[in-house]
Amino acid sequence: MNTTLDPAAYLACPHCDTLHHSKHLAATERARCARCDTLLIAPRARSFIHVIALSFTAMILMAGAIFFPFLKIDAQGFSNASSVFQAAMAFSDGLLLPLSIGVLAMIVGLPAVRFAALIYVLWPLTHGRPAYRHARTVFRLTEEMQPWAMAEIFIIGTAVALVKVAGLAHVSLGPAFWAFCALIIVTALKNSYMSSWTIWDAIATKKPI
Amino acid sequence: MGRHRHEKAYLTAHDAGLTGCRQCGKVWPKDSTQCGRCGAHLQPVSTASLQRVWACWWAGLFCYIPANAYPMLRTNMLGSESNSTIMGGVIDLVGHHNYGIALIVFVASICIPIAKFIAVAYLALVVGKDKRAGGHPHLVIYEIVEFVGRWSMVDVFVVAILSALVQLGAIASIHPGPAAAAFALSVAFTMISAQSFDPRLIWRGPKVSSPPHD
Ligand SMILES: [Zn+2]
Ligand SMILES: [Zn+2]
Repeated sequence: MNTTLDPAAYLACPHCDTLHHSKHLAATERARCARCDTLLIAPRARSFIHVIALSFTAMILMAGAIFFPFLKIDAQGFSNASSVFQAAMAFSDGLLLPLSIGVLAMIVGLPAVRFAALIYVLWPLTHGRPAYRHARTVFRLTEEMQPWAMAEIFIIGTAVALVKVAGLAHVSLGPAFWAFCALIIVTALKNSYMSSWTIWDAIATKKPI
Repeated sequence: MGRHRHEKAYLTAHDAGLTGCRQCGKVWPKDSTQCGRCGAHLQPVSTASLQRVWACWWAGLFCYIPANAYPMLRTNMLGSESNSTIMGGVIDLVGHHNYGIALIVFVASICIPIAKFIAVAYLALVVGKDKRAGGHPHLVIYEIVEFVGRWSMVDVFVVAILSALVQLGAIASIHPGPAAAAFALSVAFTMISAQSFDPRLIWRGPKVSSPPHD
């Protein structure tokens, strides 16, 4: 039977390689891998709109998180405020400079680039138009960046830092802190709507020419 | 779904004489080298891919030693300077009765990295053999490692926030120590090591002849 399988009729779970019949689903259906439960196919049009809307929201929140004050401490007449940007730049003197760049990329750069890239890839597809140029490359890079975008981990780090400082000084949370928290929720929602297989399918079938 | 059920036989693309794209899931004939849909390079299922896993594993372990030996934070309180390592920071938190946070830091910075070294080494040693016993538990280990590994970076962010925030002139100031960079590198290398691991190797071995799944 090995010779009779037609590759086009199947999809392999990117996670565990289990072969599934590929088929189009109704608007409310979702397909998960029978073995490892990875989300394989989510309905197309509705999920794309959601992902775009949530990515857009996330970008606005990210801008707020960068430009508004993040945290401020007071102790015995001294006070100091820090933005998210300054937190990343904490390593910027001397040999630790590359770490600063890495941290900035993980908490601000990569998440922002991913949101922009998703909008770029999905926007024409929701309107039934062919994908923009280089959409394949853009989306592949977006997928590869995912584990390195660590905005949610940064917020846990903030919580730990707050507890450490609590005994030492009075801490006040700025708007950027709340923007960052909202960003985490929006990102998680967006991930729940995203199905790579479906996006790949849409990019491939609506290719120009 | 299949996750909690008794382990049963699933046909993989590899078993069926096909190659599945690890990026987008599209299935191609066996000897294809590039995915026609997403453009990703199609790797054959081969233990040769474990070389990169091991290279990054050793690099991560190598960085993990200075990450624990050198100070993560240099704290200056009213003129007296103290250095604290990762473990020192945890002990400090316990001393101040912040048990919950101490547990988070302990788990993220010490338990997860060590468990990850052991788990990746174990997977790299047992998979790709002719037997495929223990496939499902191995997949679970792989998923946990993939999911949890990046959370170790939390301690680097703690150092960044503390160093940026606690700059109160003569009263108190905090600066990052060299261990922060070593620790970040160690986490990054182990992440690459786990990402380089090809989970399809878990299902290599004698073929299973069940029909493809719906
Ligand atoms: Zn699967
Ligand atoms: Zn592909």
